[in-house]
Amino acid sequence: MLPRFLPVQRRIRETADVLSLIAEPPEGEKLPVFLPGQFNMLYAFGVGEVPISISGDPGERGRLVHTIRDVGAVSHALLQLKRNEPLGIRGPFGKPWPLDQARGADILLIAGGIGLAPLRPVIYHLLAQRHSYGRIALLYGARSPADLLYHRELERWRRVPDFQVRVTVDHAGRDWLGDVGVVTRLLPKINLDPADTVVMLCGPEIMIRFSTQALLDMGMNTQQLYVSMERNMQCATGSCGHCQFGPHFICKDGPVFRYDRVEALLKRDEI
Amino acid sequence: MKDIAELLRQHPFTTELENEIIELIAGCASNVVFQANDYIFREGGDADHFHLIRHGTVALEMKGPGRDPLSFLTIKDGDMLGSNWLLPPYRWSFDARAVELTRAVAFEATCLRAKCEADHHVGYEMMKCFVPPLLERLQMARFQAADIYGA
Amino acid sequence: METESAFPVVIAEKALHTLVCALQKAGYRVIGPILRDQAIVYDELDSVADLPQGWTDEQQPGSYRLKKRTDQALFGYTVGPHSWKKFLHPPHLRLWSVSRSGNEVRFSHDKTPIQKYAFLGVRSCELHAMAIQDKVFLQAGHEDAGYHQRRNDSFIIALNCGEAGGTCFCTSMKTGPQATSGFDLALTELLSADRHEFLVEISSQIGANLMHDVASREASAEDLATAANILARTAENMGRHLDTKGLKERLQDNPEHPRWDEVAARCLGCSNCTMVCPTCFCTSVEDTADLAGETAERWRRWDSCFNSEFSYIHGGSIRSSVKSRYRQWLTHKLAHWIDQFGSSGCVGCGRCISWCPTGIDITEEAAAIGSTAPPPEDTS
Repeated sequence: MLPRFLPVQRRIRETADVLSLIAEPPEGEKLPVFLPGQFNMLYAFGVGEVPISISGDPGERGRLVHTIRDVGAVSHALLQLKRNEPLGIRGPFGKPWPLDQARGADILLIAGGIGLAPLRPVIYHLLAQRHSYGRIALLYGARSPADLLYHRELERWRRVPDFQVRVTVDHAGRDWLGDVGVVTRLLPKINLDPADTVVMLCGPEIMIRFSTQALLDMGMNTQQLYVSMERNMQCATGSCGHCQFGPHFICKDGPVFRYDRVEALLKRDEI
Repeated sequence: MKDIAELLRQHPFTTELENEIIELIAGCASNVVFQANDYIFREGGDADHFHLIRHGTVALEMKGPGRDPLSFLTIKDGDMLGSNWLLPPYRWSFDARAVELTRAVAFEATCLRAKCEADHHVGYEMMKCFVPPLLERLQMARFQAADIYGA
Repeated sequence: METESAFPVVIAEKALHTLVCALQKAGYRVIGPILRDQAIVYDELDSVADLPQGWTDEQQPGSYRLKKRTDQALFGYTVGPHSWKKFLHPPHLRLWSVSRSGNEVRFSHDKTPIQKYAFLGVRSCELHAMAIQDKVFLQAGHEDAGYHQRRNDSFIIALNCGEAGGTCFCTSMKTGPQATSGFDLALTELLSADRHEFLVEISSQIGANLMHDVASREASAEDLATAANILARTAENMGRHLDTKGLKERLQDNPEHPRWDEVAARCLGCSNCTMVCPTCFCTSVEDTADLAGETAERWRRWDSCFNSEFSYIHGGSIRSSVKSRYRQWLTHKLAHWIDQFGSSGCVGCGRCISWCPTGIDITEEAAAIGSTAPPPEDTS
């Protein structure tokens, strides 16, 4: 499957090592529809390809947004792309967040670090279809205030009625007036019905493990929780073998999984 | 003003405590208020009190030369603050600064230690209240040390 | 394409030559077993004379030896280190190339004509292996177009096995020794002191058309009985056995079984087993560019779950220990594969046993995992 090349329209610096790239198709060409939680394979010319979650608004059909952290050769090359330079894209791939199944329920989003990016399309969707869901809450943990993505949007979301936004960092200076501590410390502070809440978690696996445990301790069951997983991916179509996680191919059976399907695997080393 | 024992009963810290013990330790407690930026205690100071936060936010901080104080935990409504008073040398190992107007119940440490020493049942029941938040903070410190978002 | 009814026929040994010539004339590259580097491997045949007539192999864990036969059988051996996947799923393949001029990007189309293959001597286990790889590469919506074309263009002459090797266990996996589907023609070598013939089953129209030019006679009841006896004898002489009952659950439920540590102590992580396996499909892509950064290519290369970089994500490898990589391979092959593609990923060909430098035997390991109760879970 060949990548499609789209020109980069804008680069938005989110943090010292994270940028959002906005690509737009030429006049008259369409972008494929994507669902929140899906990812694209992004190709840097001659360097390589990496899976990156789509972080833009699924309702906005004219542009494609990816938020990329500079962690390796390919992501580094992607972040060097200038305006109008071609970004290679294959996709979208993967299973989305369960937004249809979650209609009517309270929604809790738990994000860690760059894990807010795959959840941002969910937030856009929830805000666009606010009447279809119950109370909504976002708990976001990051390393420090300087590492927070989407500052201005976080402020905007905080002002949305009935949208509880709580941010916590691992350490902070005096200029930070928010919480310091791990993300699970925020759980008792939010107002949701644990029996009728769908939780979507995205972040480092350690955070996923201790957050899901805290949610289960609050009386939720594993079928209310959904997690997004990350592994090496190359083909994105379940035929290169790299992203296997037990019986699952993360690229096509995931990256979003209902927690009961991966719980036992997450508790094992080196699966 | 509300009875101190009543304030204690309303605090999550005492959920598992017998009423007799609450009444007993209320004798060591008083109601306190801190304004924003008041230091509740400072690193190196005598750990002669411990606090149960009723309303407000307290930042636990460490300082280094040439850098701003670094907050590693914020303590909020329903949390307990400070554990260095439990065991010698009764010395605070970090700063605690009220971030906003903060109301708390303060215990006099020598008074509380004496009651625990006099009746080991009281001491054991109190220990069972202290250990869970201490373990939680130890676990949080491990996650922070692992730098999970950065790695 | 299935024909409505084609009776089995018998052809003389010499007639095989006519068949190979007919295939070559029809534009096929005929691939079959040949003798090279002290092994029987699959490569292009110029003629039937290239077949390793009169040779056999002896296989045991970690051991493969050629030996002269006492007869002149053309197919008197079992499977070697090669499998047909190297033709259908090439070890190194250019997926695309692209050039860039300023911000304009253009893909260049590969003009290399597609090569049609005729495979001679495909064992039943290997037919099953092809069907298993079909499920990987021909998934609805994600079809590998190149694979599809190579597969569709292939002409397959199957071979009913006249002998079982020391590491064979196709009967355990229900994949042989008789070729039952997925071929154009199927041969059974009928060899005795006074005859050297082949029973030929015809299973496609192309196969039937090709057989028009080959001298044959209708098979007798006796011919059919002889062929059936050969297959029955082969089935009885499997060198290995694997009990598949409850195997999937045993493997999936015992990721911490002590046997994984024991086998890891012997496993070199060399990836031989995955290279010789006819169903292992894992690959990596390599992106390259010229120095000017104007043209770039993507190549796909066989990879193996035994390589530590295989599971690399930023920061490190998920499966850094050999134990976890062996566990991944075995559990995938015999258990997860069933969840993923509806069948086991093992066809019982025994290659991974013979070509393991330390003689690790998949049947032995699979039987040991979960055969005894694992130690109590450490839940701390």
